[in-house]
Amino acid sequence: MHAYLLRRLAGSVLTLLGMSMIIFALLRLAPGNIVDILFDSAGYVDPADKQLLMRDLGLDRPLVVQYVSWLGNLLRGDLGKSYHYDIAAWEIIRPRIPVTVELALLAIVVTVLIGVPAGVISAIRQDTWIDYAFRVFSLAGLSMPAFWLGMLIILLLVQGFAWMPSLLYVSPFEDLRAHLLQFLFPALAVGYRSSALIMRITRSSLLEVLREDYIRTAWAKGLPERAVVFRHALKNALLPVVTVIGIEFAFLIGGLVVTETVFNLPGVARFLVEAILWRDYPVVQNLVMFIAIVVVTTNLIVDVLYAWLDPRVRYE
Amino acid sequence: MSDTSSLTRPSRLPTAIPQAAKERRRRRWLRQLKRFFQRKPLGATGGLIVLLLVLTAIGAEWLATHDPTRTHATQTLRPPGAAFWLGTDHLGRDIYSRIVYGARVSLAVGLGSTLLGAIVGGMVGLWSGYLGGRTDLITQRFLDMMQALPLLVLALVMSAALGPAIHNAILAISIPLIPRAARVIRSSTLSIREMAYIEAARAIGVPQLRIVFRHVLPNTLGPFIVLATAQLGSAILVEASLSFLGLGIPEPYPSWGRMLSVSAAEYAQKAPWLVIFPGVAISLSVFGFNLLGDALRDVLDPKLRLQ
Repeated sequence: MHAYLLRRLAGSVLTLLGMSMIIFALLRLAPGNIVDILFDSAGYVDPADKQLLMRDLGLDRPLVVQYVSWLGNLLRGDLGKSYHYDIAAWEIIRPRIPVTVELALLAIVVTVLIGVPAGVISAIRQDTWIDYAFRVFSLAGLSMPAFWLGMLIILLLVQGFAWMPSLLYVSPFEDLRAHLLQFLFPALAVGYRSSALIMRITRSSLLEVLREDYIRTAWAKGLPERAVVFRHALKNALLPVVTVIGIEFAFLIGGLVVTETVFNLPGVARFLVEAILWRDYPVVQNLVMFIAIVVVTTNLIVDVLYAWLDPRVRYE
Repeated sequence: MSDTSSLTRPSRLPTAIPQAAKERRRRRWLRQLKRFFQRKPLGATGGLIVLLLVLTAIGAEWLATHDPTRTHATQTLRPPGAAFWLGTDHLGRDIYSRIVYGARVSLAVGLGSTLLGAIVGGMVGLWSGYLGGRTDLITQRFLDMMQALPLLVLALVMSAALGPAIHNAILAISIPLIPRAARVIRSSTLSIREMAYIEAARAIGVPQLRIVFRHVLPNTLGPFIVLATAQLGSAILVEASLSFLGLGIPEPYPSWGRMLSVSAAEYAQKAPWLVIFPGVAISLSVFGFNLLGDALRDVLDPKLRLQ
């Protein structure tokens, strides 16, 4: 187990290192440098001013030097300075992390509450109308943009109840009820989409397990359906589901990017969009790296948990 | 040994097809289509939706009732009616015509990015799987890294770096698709590589390049089609999200995602049709591709059915 852990850890570090190179290269491969883009809307700009800013930002140095210095700062926890706010990016990100984490956790709760039961019902009633209905429901979830669903929810709430969640962030310490209501609807919008994925995995995983010999034995013993499905099959079928839930949690950030924008929640994902729109590239680069770290760490935890939960998984 | 190849591909037809054989072939095709409709009603529905989307994109000029970019200062925020079937937006542009033309943008970006991503990724996967060894290992690690980021985040960063333009959006969306395509094609290449007919080809001294393109590539077509159909839906969704955030398709192209952006949210309460119809268009198209992709996966790639 220890050797496996070490190997996975080393692999994750290598992935992140490679990731940093890819992000760095991709942003530099794009035409025009940060300074050009910054001055894009300014009309005529003195080339000397540009040169000065280039030197200020260290962009006149060789690429390798730039990369190493960026990585060094990142390792020291320095996420750079935001051009827009003119303060350290970390200062802006830190208060936003709880917002994104809370939204992601709530969305995962919605995901599991919808996805797992729907998947189980769909599997044990395979090819019946209820299976079809659930599959269409889940595919519809995968087909709707989360931001549109969010807009529809707001629209329905206003038209139907003449009420909408606050567009200004409400802290849970100020008003817990308003805070939860503010988070509930975006969580529903994002969670529905993710639940579609979980439902599909649960369904296919359970179907696979239900074909195993030991399940046939359980049926042959005359056990009731509930015991066969929940006590014998579901336990084994849920392992891949747990993995996907973990990965989905890390990947939710994609769905959160637009949903936080629609619901005006001051989260990290929205800040990424804002930083991109302000062309705050050093911050974008660091934020993307930050997201990559979250994803890779989550994957690592999920893998280790999986190996720990399922003794059949060999530590190879 | 060379017979093995005939098992995995349809039997060859003679060069000159007699009329009767042509008719038989047509009938067989129709029969297969009918069977597909009967066995996969959901997939067939998806196929019809996709067909509708393609026809709309092709015939946008004939189907549209107004110029999609023309503003009517006196006709702003009109509800759906006889003159403007799905209403007008805050600039007085006809929503129906914009949706019809938007099909073209969505399909172009979806198809363009999926094809680009799938072809580049497919080539990487093909070579990586066929060559194996160290090349494969390094490529796989590289793809792992690219996959460590959510699709939308990578596309977001790419399109921001490239600037808003239709070809940039295609490029930005295609890059995150590369590792997915490479994975799928690699795994089917790995199993094809071990087949007897490939060994036979190698034994009689067929050059590597010819083996890869002539004997391996055609057999990865099934998974490739499945992958491309499934990815088309997500490509359309990512385009919509990018355009919604103002980073995808620039004005004046009528993009569905852009139609839903800031202005729509602003006027949503006064003019709900601004929000409803473009969203329905996006969801329906993606839904169609997802339904079709699922059914094609069942038909073309039974191995993947349980995944």
